[in-house]
Amino acid sequence: MSPELFHFTATAVKLAVFAFLLVNVVPLMVWVERRASAFMQDRPGPNRLGPLGLLQAIADALKFLLKEDVTPSGADKGMYLLAPVLALIPALTTFVVVPFGPTVRFGENEVELVVTSAETGVLLFLALASLGVYSLVMAGYASNNKYSLLGSIRASAQLISYELALTLSVLAVLIPASSFQLNDIVFYQLDHMPLGMNILPQFLGFTVFLVAAFAETNRLPFDLPEAESELVAGYHTEYSAMRFATFFMAEYMAMTVLSALLVTLYFGGWSLPWWHGNPDSPWLTAVGGLTILFAKVGFVLFFFVWVRWTYPRFRYDQLMKLGWKVLLPLSLANLILIAVLTLAGVLPAP
Amino acid sequence: MEVAIFVIFALLALASAVVVVAHRNPVYSTISLVVTLVSLAVFFILLGAPFIAALQILIYTGAILVLFLFVIMLLNVSEEATHPESGRRIQRWLAILGAVTFALLLGLGVWNGYRGTDFAPMSEELVSLKSLASALFSEYLLPFEIVGLLLLVAIIAATVLARKPPREEGSTP
Amino acid sequence: MTVPVTWYLLLAAALFAIGTAGVLTRRNGITIFLSIELMLNAVNLSFVAYSRLLDQLTGQLVVFFVLAVAAAEAAVGLALFIAIYRHRRTIDINRMNLMRW
Repeated sequence: MSPELFHFTATAVKLAVFAFLLVNVVPLMVWVERRASAFMQDRPGPNRLGPLGLLQAIADALKFLLKEDVTPSGADKGMYLLAPVLALIPALTTFVVVPFGPTVRFGENEVELVVTSAETGVLLFLALASLGVYSLVMAGYASNNKYSLLGSIRASAQLISYELALTLSVLAVLIPASSFQLNDIVFYQLDHMPLGMNILPQFLGFTVFLVAAFAETNRLPFDLPEAESELVAGYHTEYSAMRFATFFMAEYMAMTVLSALLVTLYFGGWSLPWWHGNPDSPWLTAVGGLTILFAKVGFVLFFFVWVRWTYPRFRYDQLMKLGWKVLLPLSLANLILIAVLTLAGVLPAP
Repeated sequence: MEVAIFVIFALLALASAVVVVAHRNPVYSTISLVVTLVSLAVFFILLGAPFIAALQILIYTGAILVLFLFVIMLLNVSEEATHPESGRRIQRWLAILGAVTFALLLGLGVWNGYRGTDFAPMSEELVSLKSLASALFSEYLLPFEIVGLLLLVAIIAATVLARKPPREEGSTP
Repeated sequence: MTVPVTWYLLLAAALFAIGTAGVLTRRNGITIFLSIELMLNAVNLSFVAYSRLLDQLTGQLVVFFVLAVAAAEAAVGLALFIAIYRHRRTIDINRMNLMRW
């Protein structure tokens, strides 16, 4: 078949696979969250439905679908309905730059195992992730509820504050690798870093990124905007049934994609220190890369759940202080440190 | 394919631009401006400027318009009354007429000047980030540094302007 | 068929005109600001179109600087609006007539 048609089909398949995996992470995460939290709190957790409570997610999904859909009376209809849909945008569009393998060969056609290999890779990720603020703002504003408005203003201020630290720590990873594309970063780690991972020189950046990632996805200890004891449920107070489920799904999917970025930037992504993929066996490389990537992502997601049920949450002023007075200077210092190390030749050129 | 993308996003950009200008509720105007800016980012990609497109989404929609939304909600800006005061109605129509005439003049100029011109195939240096970055840091270094200074001045100015006024002497803190 | 350059430039002209109409017509200060941002973006589009036409990077670099300047201007302008609102409780520009005749 012609190269264009092949390329088009390959892109469609990659998109479908990733979208399918992302959507399926959500019920899995629901189960992990409930069982792991129960285990940490010394109680059994859901164990009635299915073996080990695995069908609990299906029961939850049915509940969400069948619940009554309540719209508050003074709500701004257009924005109220649009906000949950917009919440899905950062989750469902940012995965396109995450690679799951090197460039493989199918016969005489070459396929890159990333949905788009645009030259502005990570920048596209950060740009699309920054659009997540709008769903928060619209949800809170349109709900005609003071607590929702307060929750959404807090959440969006938190999001834009920690975005800076996130972006700067990502920049520090890009400087030695000299490329915005995530596959170049993976290969840089494989070629030059011990254990094929960027974690050693970039440890400060990794810490900043991890903390900022918790804040970006509104997870404890940064979940004041949606904490139950604080503002009822923050910006999604007035949303019930399927609309709440959409916010819920969007949060888990955003967590997954951000974990995928973290794993690719700092832990070698789809590769293992001894396995760099095999361009001549395409299917094995693709499936292997995906499995390794999602196994690493699974570890990080478990870490998210672990931290959630371990730490108390930050008060809002502590949260803002941490974002602006601690993380931002740390990420700037990290950036300068990495730049100096790269110029001095301590970090090798790609 | 490219023509289809252009037409769709051009219509979207024009429609949302009209909504920005015409809607009573400033929150809706801001959201429509987001739509316009994202369509413009698509055009930037079509024109071979992917870096500028990513920057547009990151900076303009991700930061500046969020700032607008915050200020609108902070100030509780209400919807504007649709009917202008007397004497102003004719001004409004004259302004619209003036804008339309301006657009027609611009369009005429563009049409006369570039009617037959087509784009040459995209060259590598136009799209690559390396050339943009090297130009920015060699030929355009002075404007770059000045812009950095400008942003610092803007931060200081905005902080000073927007803070609560300092209390007078003698009042309890 | 590729998109000819006139289409981009005409689109930029139309967006600029819509922004101008907004600046001249609206009373709400924030909406005037949004119209100004619309005008700036129309100019950005024409710069990038010219950059592509002339195969030079200058247009893209100018857009880079325009983005930064627009960010600075938006920050300062909105801070001004906040300060004005504190005193006059309105951002209707027809009410800001202290320096009129």
